[in-house]
Amino acid sequence: MATETAPAAYDSKIEGNIIFTRLDAAINWMRSNSLWPMPMGLACCAIELMATGASRFDISRFGAEVMRFSPRQSDVMIVAGTVTYKMALAVKRIYDQMPEPKWVIAMGACASSGGMYRSYAVLQGIDHLLPVDVYISGCPPRPEALLEGLMRLQGKIAEENSLIAQKRELLEEIS
Amino acid sequence: MMDAAEASKKLEQELGNDFQGITSFRDEVSVQVSSERIKEALAFCRKTLGFDYLVDLSGVDNMNEQPRYEVVYELYSYEHGCHLRVKTGVDEAEREVPSVVDLWPTANWHEREAYDMFGVTFKGHPDMRRILMWEGYPYFPLRKDFPLAGKQSEMPDVAFSDSAPLEGGPFVTSPTSAGTDKREPRSREFDS
Repeated sequence: MATETAPAAYDSKIEGNIIFTRLDAAINWMRSNSLWPMPMGLACCAIELMATGASRFDISRFGAEVMRFSPRQSDVMIVAGTVTYKMALAVKRIYDQMPEPKWVIAMGACASSGGMYRSYAVLQGIDHLLPVDVYISGCPPRPEALLEGLMRLQGKIAEENSLIAQKRELLEEIS
Repeated sequence: MMDAAEASKKLEQELGNDFQGITSFRDEVSVQVSSERIKEALAFCRKTLGFDYLVDLSGVDNMNEQPRYEVVYELYSYEHGCHLRVKTGVDEAEREVPSVVDLWPTANWHEREAYDMFGVTFKGHPDMRRILMWEGYPYFPLRKDFPLAGKQSEMPDVAFSDSAPLEGGPFVTSPTSAGTDKREPRSREFDS
């Protein structure tokens, strides 16, 4: 069932200080513009992630500058780097500790597919363990690519039926 | 000042028959020492010849050769400014060499790595555990009979591993003086 969740049109001359919108659209707007990342930096992609957070690229332009090193305060896990089998279950555990709603960005070739490491030591893509929302290509991706990925994720969140999903979960819990 | 050739000569005098040969390639001197007296030889290098720095310690798997494994010690002397490479064969059935942690403390992690990758244990090591793979991982991944793609394993709540899709690989370069089209990595068949 697809539901229209695009924000309602706003005309400041008519509506003044009152904005009419759908609750879903409002929630999605708030969620997508303050994504708090969990920086899961595991390899060189983490350096690009840091560059994205720094002044030249400035991830705060997209509301995602609040890097949380505690999973319990974060919304989106950015898996930046090579996930070795030794680290894999630790990444999963940190993901499990993040509160809903949560999203995952697989940053770079290694996190997406194992990259150049077709080897005994490397997990062949974090999507074997976590549900990934956005894959970013590159080795490592440039900060622009990460920002593009973040914007794609914002676009994805904007189309979610957050309230309906929450309601359904609530009803399932009650019944 | 002593150079590597001089050092290896002194080592030969000390060891006699247990000094099994010397090779020199591009001014790098390697000496082969019997496994029975490797500890003694290294102690001599450390204490008498003044090789005060263990640059590296590594394992080698020469599959289908006797002895199968090799441990290589890369020594350097700050006093004399010279390198010396000491090698010793390790029998496949025994797979044990004396630890040199008491001579060079830096050998601690190197020996753990050699154990982790090849399964060669070091007798007298203070902490003979795996260093890169997790405790309980059932294989020794740098052995020649271990596939590059890896093998499936499972340690609940610790780690798991799986074999990687090689998609026609491994892609291997051929050492040749021909052009890059012959040399560049290609999928090749291996006799295993």
